[in-house]
Amino acid sequence: MAIITGTNWNAYDASTMTAREIYGRTLAALAEHNDRIVGLTADLEKTTAIKFFADKFPDRFYNVGIAEQNMFGIAAGMAKSGLIPFVSTMAVFTCLRAGEQVRTDIAYQNLPVKIIATHGGISFGHAGTTHHCTEDFAVMRAIPNMTVICPADGIETSKAVQASLEIPGPVYIRIGRGFEPPCYESDAYNYESGRAITMHQGTDLTIICCGIAVLQAVNAAKTLAETDGLSVRVINMHTLKPIDREAVLQAVTDTRRILTVEEHNVLGGLGDAVASVIAESGKGCVFQKHGLHDVFATIGYAEDLYAYYQMDANGIVDKVREMLGMEFEADENWDDE
Amino acid sequence: MALQTEEKRRLQQIARELRLTIVDVMAWSGGAHIGGSLSVVEILTILYFKYLNIDPAHPQWDDRDRLVLSKGHAAAGYIPVLAKRGYFPEEELKTFNHFGSPFAMHPDSNKVIGCDASAGSLGHGLSMAVGMGLSARQLGKDWKTVCVMGDGECCEGSVWEAAMSAAHFKLGNVIGIVDRNRLMIDGFTEDVMALEPFRTKWETFGWHVIEIDGHDLDALDDALSYAWTAQDKPTLILANTIKGKGVDFMENNVVYHYASGDSALCERAKASILQG
Repeated sequence: MAIITGTNWNAYDASTMTAREIYGRTLAALAEHNDRIVGLTADLEKTTAIKFFADKFPDRFYNVGIAEQNMFGIAAGMAKSGLIPFVSTMAVFTCLRAGEQVRTDIAYQNLPVKIIATHGGISFGHAGTTHHCTEDFAVMRAIPNMTVICPADGIETSKAVQASLEIPGPVYIRIGRGFEPPCYESDAYNYESGRAITMHQGTDLTIICCGIAVLQAVNAAKTLAETDGLSVRVINMHTLKPIDREAVLQAVTDTRRILTVEEHNVLGGLGDAVASVIAESGKGCVFQKHGLHDVFATIGYAEDLYAYYQMDANGIVDKVREMLGMEFEADENWDDE
Repeated sequence: MALQTEEKRRLQQIARELRLTIVDVMAWSGGAHIGGSLSVVEILTILYFKYLNIDPAHPQWDDRDRLVLSKGHAAAGYIPVLAKRGYFPEEELKTFNHFGSPFAMHPDSNKVIGCDASAGSLGHGLSMAVGMGLSARQLGKDWKTVCVMGDGECCEGSVWEAAMSAAHFKLGNVIGIVDRNRLMIDGFTEDVMALEPFRTKWETFGWHVIEIDGHDLDALDDALSYAWTAQDKPTLILANTIKGKGVDFMENNVVYHYASGDSALCERAKASILQG
């Protein structure tokens, strides 16, 4: 059966589409109802799939050539003039090559520029480190006014892109290369920016994750239930900033063990965001961050890399088992039970 | 066509008053980029007091012309122009750089009324101006966007990315002005990183270039009146200027890129301006 996503004004079969394509089609559909939307890319019209918008609205689409700094500056000028630019290039060129334009021209002026950054993490593994991006969460989280989102799949990308219009300031949506399997079976769920989604109920341990790790974590939780009799909660923290503190603290209270999984360096990303919430709450728990452990990834196709870096379901199962043997010193005054 | 005598006298008077205010701002703020603020005075004066279609009572008026000061460090020259044009009382300039002031060394568009773009990191402004030019076309508006750049910032590659795109998109509604005062922090542009043949660079990037004396109000008037009617090509006004213009001991003196001044120095500077 086809998986339907997008909107009630246009339906897509997400099972045959990449997240990028769903993004491009969603944007094209949104633009029908909002003539302030314009699209920009830097010679990655096809690669980022903003082409679907471009084909429909050629006079609202700007390809600036291979010039990311200029592109984000132009987007700032357009937003200053009342337009709503959706800008797409690869994640690494967004947060590093044009990082200062994103920070100074867009975020500092608090402009409604919606950035859809593709090829995040190690999704373009075989391209090598120049085209990986395991630093963007850290960079974008540290920029004031910026909302940071990493959807779990194409369906959620569509929802995030639609929701970004409701956010007055700049939004950074990080997606992958697009060949990731869908996580959701349909779009019949409630998506709200800044509100985490519980994907799997559990009481023994909680995996807090985003992006491609969500599906893997759900599969890991199912495996652990079957083989180890464990009850593992999976939280999809699609919005890294502002983070859903309530969901984190509830998980600490309920499960006392937290594992974060992200396709990012473990420094500065989702894991650190969750760690801050826990540390500031004063609650104790067993806590581990999982992702790229401060290394540039090796070369390989994404699926092989996810397996190698233990970000697939098997790897996550192993991580969870390791954590069950860990102890933490409960505070004598622990009183939130 | 030259400016009418009376209009020219009026603009000259405004420029002289602005130079005096810039010296005051240097004192009030504790230090300012005075050299590059003094070199851009005639450029900003004729724009704000003759060319820009703006309404200080409605700073966010949709159809206004836009000005992006890409050489944001000249805030000490730019913010006083906005005050003089009536966006806010000149008295407020006394807060420059002070805790909680809307006015800093580099302008913040969310704090400075009448400022169309935050700037300070060099090489950013022209891209934003291109975005504004494209927006005018997209929205069917006929506003102009002027981007005032420093010459030193043209070392930044992003300037040329933007220059290329303005020509590619045939943005006749975008006007670039380079305040060519030939000095950057570490010395003369041609010694630190040569820009010449500078005019040729802009021409080969697809711009119509008009080279003038950037302190000559008649020449500025001619260049701007041409640029205002341009259609299918962006215009670059290469305005040859003198860094520190109007204060004899600051002119062409790299020491006065950024300076603070005690009252004696300020008095000397003002005396020089009044003599000029």
